[in-house]
Amino acid sequence: MENKKKFLATDIIYLSLLALGPLFAIALKVLFTPQADDINIAGALIFFTVKLPFSDLPVTETQVNSLVVIWSIFWLCKYITHGISVRGGLKRQIIAEWIVEKTKSLVKGNMGEYFASFAPFVAAIMGLSAFSSLLTLIGLYPPTSDINTTAGWAILVFILITYYKFKCGPVHYLKSFGDPVPFLAPLNIISEFATPVSMAFRHYGNVLSGSVISVLVATALQGVSHLIFGKLPGMLANIPFLQIGLPAVLSVYFDLFSGLLQAFIFAMLTMLYVSGGFPAEDYAAKKAARDLKRAAKQNSN
Amino acid sequence: MMLELAIGIILGGCALGAGAAMIAGIGPGIGEGNAVAKACEAIGRQPECKGDVTTTMLMGCAVAETTGLYALVIAILLIFVAPGRFVDILLNAVK
Repeated sequence: MENKKKFLATDIIYLSLLALGPLFAIALKVLFTPQADDINIAGALIFFTVKLPFSDLPVTETQVNSLVVIWSIFWLCKYITHGISVRGGLKRQIIAEWIVEKTKSLVKGNMGEYFASFAPFVAAIMGLSAFSSLLTLIGLYPPTSDINTTAGWAILVFILITYYKFKCGPVHYLKSFGDPVPFLAPLNIISEFATPVSMAFRHYGNVLSGSVISVLVATALQGVSHLIFGKLPGMLANIPFLQIGLPAVLSVYFDLFSGLLQAFIFAMLTMLYVSGGFPAEDYAAKKAARDLKRAAKQNSN
Repeated sequence: MMLELAIGIILGGCALGAGAAMIAGIGPGIGEGNAVAKACEAIGRQPECKGDVTTTMLMGCAVAETTGLYALVIAILLIFVAPGRFVDILLNAVK
C-alpha cells in the first residue's frame, strides 16, 4: 500500500514536471507578445539579447521552445519507463517497448547490422522533430519553423555522413568525388553540400508553409464572414462564423500529418544518407586484409 | 514623391518576384502526382506490399517536394526580408 502511494506520487511528479515546460513557454509567450490586431506572420520573438564580445546572442522563442520540448520529452520518457519490470509490467511499458522495437527494426532494416547502434540517435531526432512540430497544437511557436533549428540538425547529420565517409581513410574519401569520372568532381562537391541544405530547407519549408497558409486562410475567412454577416444586429456582426471549423481541418493536415511526416522523413533521410555514404564493401575488404595481415604476423611469430 | 514611387516599385517588384518564384510549384505537383499514381497502381497489383510501397512513396514525395520548397523559401525571403533591405539601401543612397 505504501509502495503504491509512493509510485503514484512519483508519477504525478513526473507528469507535472512534463506539463511545466509548455506552461512556462505559454506564460513567456503571453508576457512578451506585443499587441497586434492585423495578421502577424513574424519570425520568432526575441526575449532578450546577451551582449557578447564578438556578436550579440539573441535568446529567441526558438531556443526556449526547443529546450522546453527537450525537457518535456525527458520527463515523458521518465514517466513511460517508470516501474518497468520483466513480468507483469504496466500498460505504458508496452508502449515503451513498442517504440524501442520499432526503432530498432527500422534502423536495422534501412541501415544494416553495422549501424544498429544508431537507433537511439534516430529515435531522438524523430521525437524531437515530431514534438517540436506538434507544439503548434497548443498555440506555441514551433522551433522547426525556424531555419536555425533544422539547419543545426542538418549540419549534425552532415558531420555524421562525412565521418562515415572517412572510415576508409582520407584518400578513399577524396577519390569518391571523382566517381564515376573525375570530370564530374565539381558537381559531386556541390551535391555534397546540397544534402544538408535540402534537408534543412525541406523540414523548415514544410512547417513554415503550413503555418503561413493557416494564418492566411483564417484571415481570409474572417474577412468573408464580415462581408456576409456584417449586417447582423449587435454583437452578432463581430463573430466570424466562417472561422469555426475550417481552420481546424487545415490544422489536422498541416500540424498533425505534415509535422509527423516531416519528422519521419528527416529521420529516414538521416539513415539513408549516413548508411549510403559509408563505403561498406571497401571497409569490409580493408578490414579483412588487415585481419589477414595480423594473422600472418602472429603465425610468423 | 519620387521616393514614394521608388519604394512602391520596390514593393511591387518583390511581390511580383515572389509570385513568379512560386511557379516552381507546378513541377513538384506533377512529380508527386506521378509518384502517387504509380504507387496506387503498384498497390492495386500487389496489395500485400502496401506498407513498403506507401513508405517509399512518401519518401519520394518528400524528395520531389524539395524544389518547390526552394521556391517557397525564395518567395518568403522576397516578401518578408527583401523589401526592408532594399528600402534601407534606397534610403541610404538618398542620404
